[in-house]
Amino acid sequence: MALTTLILGLVLGGTYALLALGLTLQYGIARIMNLAYGEFTLVAAFCLVALFQGAGIPPLWAMIAVAPAGYAVGWALYAVMMRPLVTRAGNSGRLEVDSILATFGLLFLIQGVLLVVFGANFTSISYLDQGVRVLGVSVAANKLIAFGICAVVGGGLVLALHFTRWGLTLRAVAQTPGSAPLVGIDVNRMARQGFALGTALAAVGGASVAMHQTFSATGGVVFTMKALVIVIMGGVGNIGGALVAGLALGLVETFVATAIDPGLTLAATFAIFLGVLLWRPQGLFGRG
Amino acid sequence: MLKVVPFLALIALIVLAAVPFAVSDYGLGLLIGAVTYVTLASAWALFSGHTRYISLATVAFYGTGAYTVAVLNEVLPYWAVLAVAALIGGAMALVVGLATLRLAGVYFVIFTFGLAELVRQLITWYEVNVTGTLGRYIFLDITARGIYWQMLGLAAVTIALTAYIQRSRLGLALKVIGDDEVVAAHSGIHLARTKLVAFAASAVILTLAGAIASPRWVYVEPAIVFNPTVSFLTVIMALLGGANRLWGPALGAVPLFLIFEFLSAHFPDTYSIFLGLLFIGVVFALPDGVLAGLDKLKAKRTQPKERTA
Repeated sequence: MALTTLILGLVLGGTYALLALGLTLQYGIARIMNLAYGEFTLVAAFCLVALFQGAGIPPLWAMIAVAPAGYAVGWALYAVMMRPLVTRAGNSGRLEVDSILATFGLLFLIQGVLLVVFGANFTSISYLDQGVRVLGVSVAANKLIAFGICAVVGGGLVLALHFTRWGLTLRAVAQTPGSAPLVGIDVNRMARQGFALGTALAAVGGASVAMHQTFSATGGVVFTMKALVIVIMGGVGNIGGALVAGLALGLVETFVATAIDPGLTLAATFAIFLGVLLWRPQGLFGRG
Repeated sequence: MLKVVPFLALIALIVLAAVPFAVSDYGLGLLIGAVTYVTLASAWALFSGHTRYISLATVAFYGTGAYTVAVLNEVLPYWAVLAVAALIGGAMALVVGLATLRLAGVYFVIFTFGLAELVRQLITWYEVNVTGTLGRYIFLDITARGIYWQMLGLAAVTIALTAYIQRSRLGLALKVIGDDEVVAAHSGIHLARTKLVAFAASAVILTLAGAIASPRWVYVEPAIVFNPTVSFLTVIMALLGGANRLWGPALGAVPLFLIFEFLSAHFPDTYSIFLGLLFIGVVFALPDGVLAGLDKLKAKRTQPKERTA
């Protein structure tokens, strides 16, 4: 029982960690607080389902298409919608408020489109749902695959950010956007890449959600909320922190759902959030 | 000028109070809706307008007010129910404010972003598991006119309170906080306390608005009263008119409410797409609201003349 909770919690946590990673890239590097993040996740999830049910494309193949598509959408969105806000804000603190408002509008826009195209019903697919025994616990294969994808993509990104020159540049922009141009970094370009990469991660996260969870067009807020809380828990811009915090939230949520009530998972998220705010607002792994 | 405006406002209030005698039931329904949103948008702007701390939790308070009436309407007299609703709203605001307003604005936004959903889930969980019923009825002997007059009174109080606060030390402090928190702290403003007072005042009004509007529903359940569209509409209305102006939120609320009524009646499916587009349009084209936009336009027109003179 405890082991089942642990394994299912880690699987769920893997998806959360990936989602949080994308959000922390968008907020940490591009300085855009994206409240429509969960809606991007849902778009990818619905696309995966549509491709599977409509064209018979297996989700694993679809995912290979979903990630670059997410990157392209993020890139275009940053260039068209966010960049003018960044220019208008200049060095003042306006960007945060403006980006919150603009993405809040985007949230309703995407949600409206999803409702029109896919309807308000809960959606799920059955794909590779036979059980696989892990340490004596039966886990659906699709959950394991989803976890594997999150581990590979998330882990790969952490390594790339820490050990490549490109990763160093991104981290420089995240740390001091004001000084990065002094060493020849094109901040605008890196911000656009960060935002696009974040959207791609949202898409991959959404695709893995579609493989093993039930979801509906109005549930984006909850994804965004959870990803935001994980980002705050891990410390804004802290990639490793977001991964650990994501896994932790998945564990707590699965524990609350099995031991107390599945209807209280958001309450558990908020309880953690409140605890972090009162005790360590700089994040569990933040300095200061 | 300064003395004329309150006088005009008073006349307008008297005229508005007399309108229900001259309109149909449908017209009265529209009036109630419009005045409700004027109240919500003005109360929202009371805190968020100057501080630029965007609260996305309007419906968390509004819904709490409505739900309080639904739970207590058969137990307590009406005025006591309103008092309890105001207390609950104030207490909620204090909890949220104490946790987040000591920190940077983004924590506040995140907390309020999920708050309505949280309250909805908690009430649903409580009703299903503890009381065993989901959904309640409100049987109160209050006519639509009665609701209208109460809401009109609340709107008037809200705008008067905003006018008073804008002229008081609290209003000045809020403005400084909105401009620069570091400067505000250095000039001796108690940041957290100032923000907390304004946020609680705003929340109490939002909760009362929900409580007053609730008899219109008759049947209440969490999914109905915690409708996220209300939060969304409130923000866009206040922004369109100009959130830091006294009459801005009211100016934005009336036309937008009518447009939304029309859209939701004729395009119920694509309604939220329009909302989203309109919202993005306002953020891009009128970042400070219509009133500020008009001022800018005026300034542009007068400037060339001054140059030639």
